Amino acid sequence: MSSILIRGGHLIDPASNLDARRDLLLSAGRVAAVDAPGKLDALAAREHAEILNAKGLIVAPGLVDIHVHLREPGQSHKETIATGTAAAAAGGFTSVCAMPNTTPVNDSAETTRWMQSPDRGAVVRVFPIAAATRGSLGEAITEYGALKAAGAVAVSDDGKPILHDAIMHQSLAAAARAGLPVIQHAEDTRQTQGATMNAGAMAFRLGLRGMPAEAESGIVERDIQLLAGLQDSRAHLHIAHLSTAKALEAVRRANRNGLRVTCEVAPHHFALTEEAVGQYDSHARMNPPLRVQSDRAALIQGLLDGSVDAIATDHAPHCVHEKEQEFERTPNGVLGLETALGLALQVLHQKHSLPLSRVIALLSTQPAQLLHLTGRGSLAVGSFADVVLFDATATWTYCAAASKSKSRNTPFDGWTLPGKVHTTLSEGHVVYEGNS
Amino acid sequence: MKKKSASLRTAQPRPQRARGASSKTTRASVPTAPHALPLHKAPIHPGSILSSTQLTVEGVSKILALASDLESEAVRTRELRLHKRRVSLLFYESSTRTRTSFELAAKSLGADTVLVSALSSSIEKGESLKDTGITLRSLGAECIILRHPSSGAPYLLAQATGLPILNAGDGIHEHPSQALLDLRTILYRCFGAKQARSVTEKSLRGMTIAIVGDIFHSRVARSNALLLPKLGARVLFCGPQPLLPEHAADIGPGVSIERDFDRALQQADVVMMLRVQQERLSGLQLDLENYTRRYQLDAARLAAQAPRALVLHPGPIIRGMEITSEVADGPQSAIEEQVHHGLAIRMALLTRALETPATPSARKKTRR
Repeated sequence: MSSILIRGGHLIDPASNLDARRDLLLSAGRVAAVDAPGKLDALAAREHAEILNAKGLIVAPGLVDIHVHLREPGQSHKETIATGTAAAAAGGFTSVCAMPNTTPVNDSAETTRWMQSPDRGAVVRVFPIAAATRGSLGEAITEYGALKAAGAVAVSDDGKPILHDAIMHQSLAAAARAGLPVIQHAEDTRQTQGATMNAGAMAFRLGLRGMPAEAESGIVERDIQLLAGLQDSRAHLHIAHLSTAKALEAVRRANRNGLRVTCEVAPHHFALTEEAVGQYDSHARMNPPLRVQSDRAALIQGLLDGSVDAIATDHAPHCVHEKEQEFERTPNGVLGLETALGLALQVLHQKHSLPLSRVIALLSTQPAQLLHLTGRGSLAVGSFADVVLFDATATWTYCAAASKSKSRNTPFDGWTLPGKVHTTLSEGHVVYEGNS
Repeated sequence: MKKKSASLRTAQPRPQRARGASSKTTRASVPTAPHALPLHKAPIHPGSILSSTQLTVEGVSKILALASDLESEAVRTRELRLHKRRVSLLFYESSTRTRTSFELAAKSLGADTVLVSALSSSIEKGESLKDTGITLRSLGAECIILRHPSSGAPYLLAQATGLPILNAGDGIHEHPSQALLDLRTILYRCFGAKQARSVTEKSLRGMTIAIVGDIFHSRVARSNALLLPKLGARVLFCGPQPLLPEHAADIGPGVSIERDFDRALQQADVVMMLRVQQERLSGLQLDLENYTRRYQLDAARLAAQAPRALVLHPGPIIRGMEITSEVADGPQSAIEEQVHHGLAIRMALLTRALETPATPSARKKTRR
């Protein structure tokens, strides 16, 4: 297998506490050496390594997205594992964790393995998240041990909450034994019937039924109670796409009480508010919905102070004809893989001065640790050669029409963002090159 | 954050079909995504009336003046106004007043009308709103009057067709022509015909309009609450908690909540009664007997609390529920006049829709 020397770049690897000019030698799909500029030239020459000039670029561990919808099996008109991972590579991601709300629902070891087969044509690594209950119906839990053996990295009924206390309790207990996190889509659906946006004055004016913040925070609080009652230190509850100040406060309280509760925030929730719904723009419809400015500010604060563990995109492709319907009929979700890095840099780094190393930690190191993706989210010697090279300051304009995704449903079409991805490498292979 | 022509009113060029992705990969070739075109939106035709929020005081004045002119015009002259122009009525929900009123308004201006209703059309077969709109446009429709159960549907139709769209009621969102006819009724009854030709920011200053009942499900309530305060009026929403959420008062300036019906009546110059929309309650349990006792407008209550107030109702009236026959047919009621003013307002809106030029970029797209 060939070697690649990434030379002259500024390396940021939160896992090794590195933030300095370093060269990086990749060999046989792994990180072979990290050293001061020029120090690896001789070794690279002996290995006939290809030279990748990283001058002026940030060299970071490939980004890790623990919340994507790749739509396969069964919904390949929206996205395939091939197109979704191509979009991931274009966004600097080298690991993506695929949610199980496919057709059929991924609740079996068989489907879990099928998703990871080379036949799917994935260009970056796909880690399936299996359904927490059979058919994601919330009635009977799946076989967590077998799912983990087949490659599942967590269990979740994403898109729906696990509503029954007893089932959620069982799920947390079984997942703790299997060493898997339970990822909860926190929504009390009894409070969100027919709702399509955030509850409040704007929803009232637009004549849309609203989802109250309490529908999210109520489930988070209930889950924390169940976790506390379990008295099992292995139990890990992870809150997907957390969107409200109230729910974040509940997570903070749980952490102060020593519970293993983590959470992720989606870029659209820290970049936008419900104002983006404007005149019924279906590209501003997702679940959880865009919230108000005070929620957005609280999420940003949580990302800055470390209360939020990861940025995850909730990349949710839908066809144009599906999004070109009456707002109340259009499906929830937006694309996210290609704009996450740019939005994180713009909002968190540029606007709120979060150091680049912290942004990388939120997009790579920490999410990899959350789901125990060994060798990912790190550039320490021996790690997988998953690397992203990007220009932190050069701006680029996102054009949905040119997206690698099969779908076009993004509220960020035409946005100018920092953080142009130069090259993405997955296990030592170049999987994306931005034309600079 | 820089946004490229994100405004719905700005024409967005259709992006070119992107070519295949770079094949410079070593493990697996990056698949060439079948490049779909992003969602395309035409600019909203300026002749459209989608919401009270788009109306300026000056714009309202123009509509009122046009309504008066058209109303007093000789029948023969009026018939030439929109001679043989094509107007489609696209109705996804049942309607008596609004549909007939728009249809008669169009006909009295000489326009040809076509009615398409959800039952008895391809909508039943699953045709989308966008495709239905494009079909009507291809058949020569120059303006579409839309009634639809989904809030915001008129925006989608306007962006899909580029035609002037008149919102005849969308879900629980708005019913702007109703607010305009309510305004004309108020002006006629309180100030006389001469004062009903134009308005200023102060026209309704000092007046309180109480809107009572099922506010949450009422598109009439929203359209009035967003229109009347622009002319200086104070709007008081009155109703029980499940039908009137607290944040309703934040809909716009000049709107507040008074839950006690008698106190609302005491302050009101105009009382607008609303029907409980049982078809939209979606599981909400409401004690109708208790509701009637607390919020029904009967003759005794009206005489005691608001003996001089004008009584309006957008219809349909459920006699014996929110209003009694004595009040509906009594001297303070202007319910019949509302229907009459509806015709004049809708003539004006149709004329405005068909005589307002499209924006230059939209004209290019819809030119036949």
